[in-house]
Amino acid sequence: MHESILVYRRRRYLWAALGLAALSLLAYALHRTPEPPNGGTWLGYTLGTIGALLIVWLTVFGIRKRRYHSAAGKVEGWLSAHVYLGTALLVVASLHAGFQFGWNVHTLAYGLMCATIFSGFYGVYAYLHYPRLVSRNRGNLTLEQMLDNVATIDNQCLRIAKNAPDDIREVVTSAVNRTQVGGNTFQQLSGRDRSRVVLPSGDGSHRLRRNPDQERAIEWLAERLSRTSDGEVSATINELERLLASKKMMLKKVRADVRMQARLQFWLYLHIPLAVTLIAALLVHIVAVFLYW
Amino acid sequence: MAETLKVAVIGAGPAGISAAARAAATGISHVLLESSPAHAQTIQRYQKGKHVMAEPGVLPLRSDVGFEAGTRENVLSAWQEALNASGVSVRYSAETISIEGQRPEFRIGLNDGSSVSAENVVLSIGVQGNPRKLGVPGEQTPWVQYTLDDPDEYQGESIVVIGAGDAAIENAVALCGHNTVYIVNRKDEFARAKDGNLAQITRAIEEDRIRCFYRSNAARIEETPAAERPARLVLNTDEGEASVPVNRVIARIGAIPQRRFVESCGVAYPSDKPTAIPQLSARYESNVPGLYIIGALGGYPLIKQAMNQGYEVVEYILGNDIGPADEPLLEKKFRGLSYGSVSESLAAMQKRIPLFGPLNALVFRELMLDSEVTTPAPGETVFMLNDYTDSFFTILDGTVLVGRGAAQDAALPLAAGQFFGEMSLISGRRRTATVVAGENCVLIESPRRTIKKLLASNDHARRTIDNAFMLRAIQSSFAPDVPAAELMDVVEAARLNEYKAGTVLFAEGDEADSLHLIRSGSVSVSRNIGGRDIVTAYVPAGKYVGEMGLIGNTRRTATVTATVKTATISLDSQSFNRLLDKAPTLRERMQRRIQQRIVENTQMEAQPESGDLISFLMQQGLGEATDVLLIDSSLCVGCDNCEKACAETHNGTSRLDREAGPTYAMVHVPTSCRHCEDPHCMTDCPPDAIHRNANGEVFIDDSCIGCENCMHNCPYGVIHMAVDDPVPPRFWQWLLFGAGRAPGMESLAKPDPSTPKKAVKCDMCKDLDGGPACVRACPTGAALRVSPEQFAGLVHGGGDF
Repeated sequence: MHESILVYRRRRYLWAALGLAALSLLAYALHRTPEPPNGGTWLGYTLGTIGALLIVWLTVFGIRKRRYHSAAGKVEGWLSAHVYLGTALLVVASLHAGFQFGWNVHTLAYGLMCATIFSGFYGVYAYLHYPRLVSRNRGNLTLEQMLDNVATIDNQCLRIAKNAPDDIREVVTSAVNRTQVGGNTFQQLSGRDRSRVVLPSGDGSHRLRRNPDQERAIEWLAERLSRTSDGEVSATINELERLLASKKMMLKKVRADVRMQARLQFWLYLHIPLAVTLIAALLVHIVAVFLYW
Repeated sequence: MAETLKVAVIGAGPAGISAAARAAATGISHVLLESSPAHAQTIQRYQKGKHVMAEPGVLPLRSDVGFEAGTRENVLSAWQEALNASGVSVRYSAETISIEGQRPEFRIGLNDGSSVSAENVVLSIGVQGNPRKLGVPGEQTPWVQYTLDDPDEYQGESIVVIGAGDAAIENAVALCGHNTVYIVNRKDEFARAKDGNLAQITRAIEEDRIRCFYRSNAARIEETPAAERPARLVLNTDEGEASVPVNRVIARIGAIPQRRFVESCGVAYPSDKPTAIPQLSARYESNVPGLYIIGALGGYPLIKQAMNQGYEVVEYILGNDIGPADEPLLEKKFRGLSYGSVSESLAAMQKRIPLFGPLNALVFRELMLDSEVTTPAPGETVFMLNDYTDSFFTILDGTVLVGRGAAQDAALPLAAGQFFGEMSLISGRRRTATVVAGENCVLIESPRRTIKKLLASNDHARRTIDNAFMLRAIQSSFAPDVPAAELMDVVEAARLNEYKAGTVLFAEGDEADSLHLIRSGSVSVSRNIGGRDIVTAYVPAGKYVGEMGLIGNTRRTATVTATVKTATISLDSQSFNRLLDKAPTLRERMQRRIQQRIVENTQMEAQPESGDLISFLMQQGLGEATDVLLIDSSLCVGCDNCEKACAETHNGTSRLDREAGPTYAMVHVPTSCRHCEDPHCMTDCPPDAIHRNANGEVFIDDSCIGCENCMHNCPYGVIHMAVDDPVPPRFWQWLLFGAGRAPGMESLAKPDPSTPKKAVKCDMCKDLDGGPACVRACPTGAALRVSPEQFAGLVHGGGDF
């Protein structure tokens, strides 16, 4: 319904970026020097200056984003330009270096720059890919509402299990208590269900088992149902099975939401520190070049 | 028999106090009669600490008694002191039962059987009336009260509130936080309550915070010395008697209207309407010689006006020809006009403008106080097509030209005495024409609120404006070339209709007998396709529906439903055929339009999901929106930069809630102001703090008194109460040293709980360069603002917003 950052204003910043890259390539192709191309020629300095200014400008995005009173263009336009010109920086900086790399601070700056840009590429992918999936997964619910739903189902399970035979009550209670959502960054990113449940085994002892999607608990209840002849108990189990099935659905949604939200956000925790480190390395690179000229 | 006093003032409210003080100051014999044991009953009944306003600010106070805005307690004690100091002869608990006679011999009968004789009577008894009593055994016990001063005074009590009106609901809701509260309703619903109060009481009952006895009446109140609560209230319910142990019973069952009493004194009312006010002369004298009516009873609900009238009425009785206190204001307004004094100018205006001619002189004076007189230069634009202004203009002198946009050559002239601007006044939508001043043009511009008040209370004015509206709507929609005079028979046959939201104007398959021009609100058009109702169009105010049936078929091909409260003008087929005869190009234009509709319909039917999207948007109240924030879910990354931008640009409080609100087909409607065409929030704002700009923004100004009316009246929950956070974040300090709060983050400091909260809502960043901050701050372009004209483009997936 609306234009994304990639097509913003008929891709004006794509054309700008392509123009910058093409001009740099043309100059590089036409440039003739006695030594192999490097940062020390007039073209090398020119490209280096353009690249350094670009890097500074790209970090200014973080400031513009927080300048809420600013009337200097829409943030969407800034992001569109940030993406395309940031990509063009790859070309400009590579040509500036003349593809000469080594184990030194200069190449460190280059490497950090590439890492920053590639983490940004992932960001573009995530921003364009996940929102639609997140919205579809959520329907009209917020994450908070989904968690509320899970809690409501849990309470219903506990209430029903309160009057059930001991083994059923214990299994249901442990399934509720040991349901897990979220976790640290990696657990969120993987979206793996680390829920557990304590099940009685034949010898009277209890075992802690993995319970992804509540399936182990559902299986156990199904098996317990087959062993019972008490009408009231089987009605309770049927009701619990129904509740666990809807909890399973809701938990799947929650987990998918957490996973996708994490993927939408985690890359920024790389992109920003990398960019800050890059600025530091860039300063060292520039100072070093001028000191040891 | 006692002496005959010069003047008896009945009712010790602001008007009566001021009149009695003037009488005392001039040394004439007088008495101030008050039915209750204290002065200013209406204000005594306000809740504790309520802020009493001194509006209108421009009006100077003319009274021997001082008055300025402040808390209820300060205002009341100031008046008490003034009463004591001025030597007013006042009788409390002296209820007037009858007033007989006329100047110079009035006989005032009192409730204790005594009577007072006076040459003149000033009636200043307000409109509240005396509270209706329960009329059941036990009503004299100390547990029954008819007012609630301070809801916080009671904690842990069992309290029954009797009544189903606004006062009862407000009391019950205010009390239920710290007490066990019951409410007794004679009927099975709260039909008389304001929407906001209705929502509150319904919620409170659903959540069990208040228990409601429906279809119940109080039977008696009994003392229960041995029980935990001092008394019990016995109720008659459908299931027989019910008994509730209580600490107190608060009866809010309305007041005995003043009108019957006033009429019994011989005073005539111009109509039977409940809003009617007695016919009064410019000196506040009623049709009974020597009987004067001032204050709210005479149609002046504001305290300052009432006090000024109290002063003036005594001067008039003494035969002093003083001009009213607002004289200098009007003098200033009328400067430059050549009609003479203020009263001569007012008379000349009423004579020149037929719409205002039959108005009561006082009502017209009031209207002119709110209005502005302007003299635009020839060729100056009064308003532009598509402006959002909604004031109403009358032409005092000269002419104006009414045209549509660039085609000013074809503009229609309007002459002195006529009026314009009624289209936006009624529909709340943008201006439908451009108006340019002609030679020697003098205009009276009146605010929408003033004219709406006039329309509600004056039949003549309403009929005149309605007829003009119908004529101009019909003329501009169907027959621009036909002179107005020839359309009169069509207008006379036209009907005004009102529909509640969700009402079907006509259904598919019905006989097609009329066409509807939408006057305010909007409708959706749907067709039954394959057993499913599919919305094919949304039609806003100013457009028409139902023409297909009249021209082509005789059966309706679609169902038309009001999406919000909607008013239409309907033309029956006979009138429409007469129109077709009069306007030769109309048939052709209609056929073209029908063709276009058919094409649109087939497009919409080919993509039923678009129709579903329209219905979804209508359900979200977009049918009455003029500008709404939507979020494209397929682009929204949930960064909340929109909310942060809103908070940062509006003293720390975001006016939108991005995550709340429903989503359909990747269109998310966040909780944010729709800038309704006829804003619900404006309906009941005591200080008149909510306004609409020429660009359409509905905003709340600094005069908000924090009464929460707008918050309760908004059906979309977009207004909330907040304290301004005046400390802006310091960007570089935060970035470099991590000091202070981050931009867009919540304030670290807790607001002082004594700071009064004010209502806040979206103002579309009207004071910011570059437009709404939410949209500008969205990094992915997901946030967009849309007006109804753009819905179609939005729905078809294309469009350029």
